[in-house]
Amino acid sequence: MDRPIKRDFKRPTHIDDYPVGPQYEAGFLAEKNAGWRTFRPIIDNEKCIYCLICYLVCPDGTIIKNDGEIDVDYDYCKGCGVCAHECPKDAITMVKEEL
Amino acid sequence: MTNQTIDIPRVTAKNMTEKEFFYGHKACAGCGGSVAVRLALKVLGERTYSALPAGCMAAVGFIFPQMAFVNNSIITTFPGVASMASGIAAGAKALGQKDFKTVCFAGDGGTADIGLQALSGMIDRDDDVLYICYDNEAYMNTGIQKSGLTPYGTQTTTTPAGKNLPGTKTNKKNLFEIIAAHDIKYAATASIGYPQDFINKVNKAKHTKGATFIHVYASCPTGWGTPTHTSIEIAKEAVDCGLIFLAEYENSEFKLNKNPKEFKSVKEYLTKQGRFKHMTDEDIEKVIQHRDYKWERMRRNWSTKK
Repeated sequence: MDRPIKRDFKRPTHIDDYPVGPQYEAGFLAEKNAGWRTFRPIIDNEKCIYCLICYLVCPDGTIIKNDGEIDVDYDYCKGCGVCAHECPKDAITMVKEEL
Repeated sequence: MTNQTIDIPRVTAKNMTEKEFFYGHKACAGCGGSVAVRLALKVLGERTYSALPAGCMAAVGFIFPQMAFVNNSIITTFPGVASMASGIAAGAKALGQKDFKTVCFAGDGGTADIGLQALSGMIDRDDDVLYICYDNEAYMNTGIQKSGLTPYGTQTTTTPAGKNLPGTKTNKKNLFEIIAAHDIKYAATASIGYPQDFINKVNKAKHTKGATFIHVYASCPTGWGTPTHTSIEIAKEAVDCGLIFLAEYENSEFKLNKNPKEFKSVKEYLTKQGRFKHMTDEDIEKVIQHRDYKWERMRRNWSTKK
C-alpha cells in the first residue's frame, strides 16, 4: 500500500493492553479526516494535463496518481482548495458537500 | 567536492515515490508546514529517522492513536531536537546501519530561538543530519506568539498592533547567515511556493554527508489570516516581492538562486494577510526600505550566477 489506511483501534481495557513506553506503531490511523471538509474537490480528467502541480502542493497528500489520471482520497482530504486554486487548467472545482 | 551535485538523480513529481510518509495528520486545512514535511519525506524516503521538537508538526502528527508519520519518528524536547538527531545518527551508525538519513523538522521558534544552541553544536560536530526549519513566522502551535523570525509589523498575540505599536517592532533574524557562519557543508533557503526548487534542495542535502540545513518558508492560514486555498500562492508571492529570498550556501560561498530584476508589490502581499492589515503606508515603506537594504548587500557580496 502506498498510503496508510484507517484501521480499527481497540481501546485498552486492561493494563497489559497499553503500549510499553511512549511509543506506538508508525502509520496507524484510527480516524478519517473527511468530516473536516466543507468543499469537495471534483476533478475533470478531460481538462487535466497531468502536470502534477496538485500532487506536489496538496498539504495532505490525498491526490493519487492513477495511470495518467488524477484521483482524490476523500477519506483524508480536508477540502482546503489549494489544488483547485493552483491548477493551471482549472480542471478541479470545489463543490459544496451535501449532508 | 565541487562537482558532486552533477550525478545526483533528479527527483520530480513524475518519478518521486508514490508512498506517503506524513498522512492523515490533523494539521489545519491548507497548512504550509505539512506541505514542506510531506515533500521532504517523499524525497528522503522510507529509511529516514525524523525528530520533531514541540511545534505544529509534532502536535498534529502524533495524536494517540492517530500516528501520521509512517517512518520512524520521535518527539524531542523543545531545545534539544538537533542533539537528539545527532544521537539518533550516531546510534544508527553504531548499530551498523547503512543507507539512512536523519532529519529534524522544527518550526521557526524551535530553530531560531529555543533550539539554536543545540543546532549550533550539531553543525559544529558535523553530524550527518539534515535540519529543516519550516518558517511560519511565529509560534503558531501555542497561539501565534512572536518569535525571532517574525518580521516587522506582524500582529501576534504578544505584539498586538494598536495606537502605540505597529505590531512587531523588530526585523527578522538573519537565520540563514547565522547558519552559514558556521561554515556548514550545505545550507539553503526555500519556499513552498516553489516546490520543485525545495525538492531539489532537499535532494542535494540528502546526498551531502555531514550537517545540512534548509530554511523553508511555509505559510499558515490560521496564523496569517489568509484563506486556506491561497497557502501556496502567498508563499510564492513572498519570494516574488523580495521579502523572502532563495539562496544556497556551499563550498564557503553564497549563491542567490533567484535574482529578479523587478519585485512585485510588497503592499499587495501584505494587505492580503490579516496579520498585516493594520499597517500604515509608513510601516510598509519601512518594510520596503529594509528589503532594499538587504538585497543591496546580497547582490553585492553573493554570487548571482545560475
